[in-house]
Amino acid sequence: MMPEGAFFVIMVAKIIVVFGLMLLSVSYLTWLERKVIGDIQVRLGPMRVGPHGLLQPIADGIKLLFKEEIVPQAADRMLYLLAPAVALIPAFISFAVIPFGDQVQLFGQTIDLVIADVNIGLLYVFGVASLGVYGIVLGGWASNNKYALLGGLRSSAQMISYELSLGLSVVGVVMLSQSLSLVQIVDAQVETWFIILQPIGFLIFLICAIAEINRAPFDLPEAETELVAGFHVEYSSMKFAMYFMAEYANMITVSAMATTLFLGGWKGPWLPPVVWFLIKLYLFIFLFIWLRATLPRFRYDQLMRFGWKVLLPLALANVMVTAVFVALR
Amino acid sequence: MEWLVFIPLAAMALVTAVMVIVLRNPVYCALSLVGTFFALAGIYLLLQAQFIAVVQVIVYAGAIMVLFLFVVMLLDLDHEPPAWLQRNRPGLLLGIGVTVLLLLELTIPIGSRTSQGPQGPYTSELVDAVGNTQLIGRLLFTDFLIPFEITSIILLIAIIGAMVLARR
Repeated sequence: MMPEGAFFVIMVAKIIVVFGLMLLSVSYLTWLERKVIGDIQVRLGPMRVGPHGLLQPIADGIKLLFKEEIVPQAADRMLYLLAPAVALIPAFISFAVIPFGDQVQLFGQTIDLVIADVNIGLLYVFGVASLGVYGIVLGGWASNNKYALLGGLRSSAQMISYELSLGLSVVGVVMLSQSLSLVQIVDAQVETWFIILQPIGFLIFLICAIAEINRAPFDLPEAETELVAGFHVEYSSMKFAMYFMAEYANMITVSAMATTLFLGGWKGPWLPPVVWFLIKLYLFIFLFIWLRATLPRFRYDQLMRFGWKVLLPLALANVMVTAVFVALR
Repeated sequence: MEWLVFIPLAAMALVTAVMVIVLRNPVYCALSLVGTFFALAGIYLLLQAQFIAVVQVIVYAGAIMVLFLFVVMLLDLDHEPPAWLQRNRPGLLLGIGVTVLLLLELTIPIGSRTSQGPQGPYTSELVDAVGNTQLIGRLLFTDFLIPFEITSIILLIAIIGAMVLARR
C-alpha cells in the first residue's frame, strides 16, 4: 500500500497527463482529418502554416480564441452559455475509466495506467456519454433559432434510438468477460479478442458509436445542406470551438472504447502497451475519417428505420445467441 | 464523514425538486428534475449501490428526461404559468394537505425512535465480497422474479397502448 500523499500526487499527475494529451490529440485530430480527407480527395490539405500545415491547429485555436463572442438577443442567455460546457465535460470525463496500459514502475511506485478502475466502468462510460446529448439539445433550444432547434431535436431522437442498440451490443462482451470493469474486460481478452467471438456485436457497436458521436454518415444534427449548421449555427468564438472539441474528444473516447472492448485494449506483443493502445485507437479514428470522406449522409427516415428495425433486433438476437453459448460453456 | 456528502446531496435533491414545480419555464423545470436525479444517484453511490446509481443516470437523466425535453421544446409551452400560480384552490389545498400528511408520516417515526433499524442480510461486507451488480442480478432473477416480470409486462402494455393511440 502506498501512502495517502503519494496516491494523491500520482492521481493528480495521471489526470493532468491524460487531460493534456487528450487536448493535444483533439486539436491535432482536426489537422489529421483535413489531411486524410485532402489525400482521399487528391488535394494537399493545409500546407501553409508550418511544415505540412503542422501548426494549423494552433493558428486555428488562437483565431477562435480572439473571435468576437456573439449572444443572440432572443437567446436564453444562461442555457446558451452553459450548453457548450455541458457538451464538452462528458466528452472528457468518460476517458477516466479506460485502461491505456499495464502497471508501470516509476520512482519506486507501481502505477496502474488507468485513472480509476471502477467496478462498473463500462456503465459509467455509457452514463456519461448519454449526458452529452444535453449539450446539443440545450444549445439548439437556447439559441432560439429554428435551424438550431431542428438540429437539437434530431440529435436527441437519434442519440436515444442508437443508445439502445449500443448498450445491447456490448452485453455479449459483458457476458463473456463476466465483468463490467474495463480493466477486467481487457484481462479477459488475453487469449482471443472479443472481435473474433463477437463479430456482430462489434459491427453494431461501431455503427451505433458513429451515430452517437454525430459523425458522417450520421451527422444529421449538423447537416450543412438543410440545417445550415444545425445546433451550433448561432455559436461563435470559443463556444463554437468547444462544440468541436467535444466532437473530437468523443471520437477519441469511442475509439478507445472499441479498442478496449473488442481489440484487447492495450495488450499486444513486442511493443509497449501504451503504444499498442494508441495504434489501435488511431486505427479507429482513421476509419471514422475515412467513412466521412466516403459515405453520403443518411436521410432522417432511413436513419430511424435502420436503427429500430435493423440494428435493434440484430443486437437482441446477438445477446440471445451469446447467452446460449455462455450458458452451455 | 458520510454527512459531509449526504447533506449537500440531500439539499440539492430538495432544492431542485422544489424548482421543478416553482420555475416558470418548463425547460428549466425539466433540467431541475435532471438535477434531482443526479443528487439521488449521488446518494445511491453513498449507499455503495454503484449499479443503481449509474442506471439512474443512464435511464432517467440520459434517456427519459431527454425525451421530456424533446416534447417540451416541441410544444413550446414558454408562457404557461406554473400550476401553483393558476387559481385552482381545491387542488392547491389538497396538495398541501397530502404533503403535510406525508411529512408527518416521515418525521414521527424518526423522532420517536433511533434511526438504527434491524440489520438486514445485505451488509456492506457482503456487497463488497459478492459484488454489487452480481447481487442485484441474482435477486432480480430469484426473489424478485415475479415483480420483475410484472413490471416488464406493464411496460409492454404501455408500449402497445402508445402504438394503438398513434395509429388512430
